[in-house]
Amino acid sequence: MISRAERILFMGMLIAAVIMAAILIRLRERAQDRLHALQTSTPLAEAVEALPTAVTLLIPNDADNSLQESQRSLPLPHDESARAHVLLETLLESFKEPSSTHPIAGAGGSSSARGLDIDEVFLMPLPQARDGAPNPGKMAVVNFSTAFAQSHPSGIEPETLTLLSIIGTLHANLPAITQVRFLVDGHPRDTLAGHADLTRVYLASSTDSEGGR
Amino acid sequence: MRWTDAVLRGALTFALLPPLSLAVGHARQTQPPSASTPLPPPPPSPSVPSPTPPNVAPRFLVVLDAAHGGDDTGARIADHLLEKDITLSLSARLRSMVSAHGIGVITIRDYDVNLSATSRAEAANRMSAAACILIHATATGSGVHLYTSSLAPTPITRFMPWQTAQSGYVTQSLKLSSEIDSALAHAEIPVTLGRTSLQPMDSLACPAVAVEVAPLAAGSATKAAPLSDAAYQRSILDALTAAIDEWRNDWRQQP
Repeated sequence: MISRAERILFMGMLIAAVIMAAILIRLRERAQDRLHALQTSTPLAEAVEALPTAVTLLIPNDADNSLQESQRSLPLPHDESARAHVLLETLLESFKEPSSTHPIAGAGGSSSARGLDIDEVFLMPLPQARDGAPNPGKMAVVNFSTAFAQSHPSGIEPETLTLLSIIGTLHANLPAITQVRFLVDGHPRDTLAGHADLTRVYLASSTDSEGGR
Repeated sequence: MRWTDAVLRGALTFALLPPLSLAVGHARQTQPPSASTPLPPPPPSPSVPSPTPPNVAPRFLVVLDAAHGGDDTGARIADHLLEKDITLSLSARLRSMVSAHGIGVITIRDYDVNLSATSRAEAANRMSAAACILIHATATGSGVHLYTSSLAPTPITRFMPWQTAQSGYVTQSLKLSSEIDSALAHAEIPVTLGRTSLQPMDSLACPAVAVEVAPLAAGSATKAAPLSDAAYQRSILDALTAAIDEWRNDWRQQP
């Protein structure tokens, strides 16, 4: 014989279980909504509908060891990291053109393989100065693909020009970028293709290159 | 300054540097190794020159570093021509030519072996050299590319951070680069000048220039020549020898 008190206890526990189940289902739905909102707001591709913006690319010239400005018009995404990525992919695409003064085959070996040279560009705020003053500049971390590093011509001049053109192009179009460092496939590497040092942080103002005769 | 402060500062300085990575600053120290003496096989590390006798007059000494070697082949210049082989050949020939002018020469690499940037810099920094020439080769560009360190100049101190030891010598390196530039221009070889971050150059405690040799492109005053062209190589080596000879005169006049 089940006592009345036991019946009341059982009913109470049943009601509590139903309420807890409802709460859990509601929490799960809210978590799914948050995840869905995050996914839809992350830029996965350049904003094709964006209006073209005038950009400056610094194109290297192997013949006289110089960087020459080239004006282009590109639709750029709103996000700064994505803008930097599009800028650099466009710059590296120009190296693959038949008339390039700094020919590099790149990751795909042809202009059809767009977007394979740089895996990602991260923008990071710089740490505060020693006196505690905020540092308005940003550091760009450029992550080359392994295929790009392997296909890059080896030599002090070609490697240095590639780095300087990337640094200069970033700083010219995104002046907040004052420091740049490079990774290959997400890892630090000693050199780009046997010469130019990739272990150091480059200052964006140090892109001037003396020309030859 | 209290002695405790000095001890703490000294300990902090050593803690910030890698082991065996102190580049000793020098300005014309007396340490004359024998002329044209190649270093012994590097592994585990290049040998230390014999102790310097006291009260010996400073000696003009040149260090030549043939880049790459062993499994580090460097650039592929042609189907059967690698950068490591060209640099080794140029280094050996330049050593002979400079030695013939009575100048002491130390070569960092004398055969096909892969030396780390650290061991190259260690070997060069022990010599207290008046000039360090890093020899490279590439298939791109034209003529000779002269590169000096992109580090900002700093005063020479007794102890320099290993990674930026060259900063104390940047001004002299630029003068040496200018000397080589003039000699190559006199030989009608196209030259491009630049600054870069290159190991082991940034760790060298001596006036240092990276000389990168490229094929000669046809121009208004030049005829195209591949890197393997003997006459082209000879003209480059003649110009480098003349520049080093001239640098010796300048070096003697420096305070």
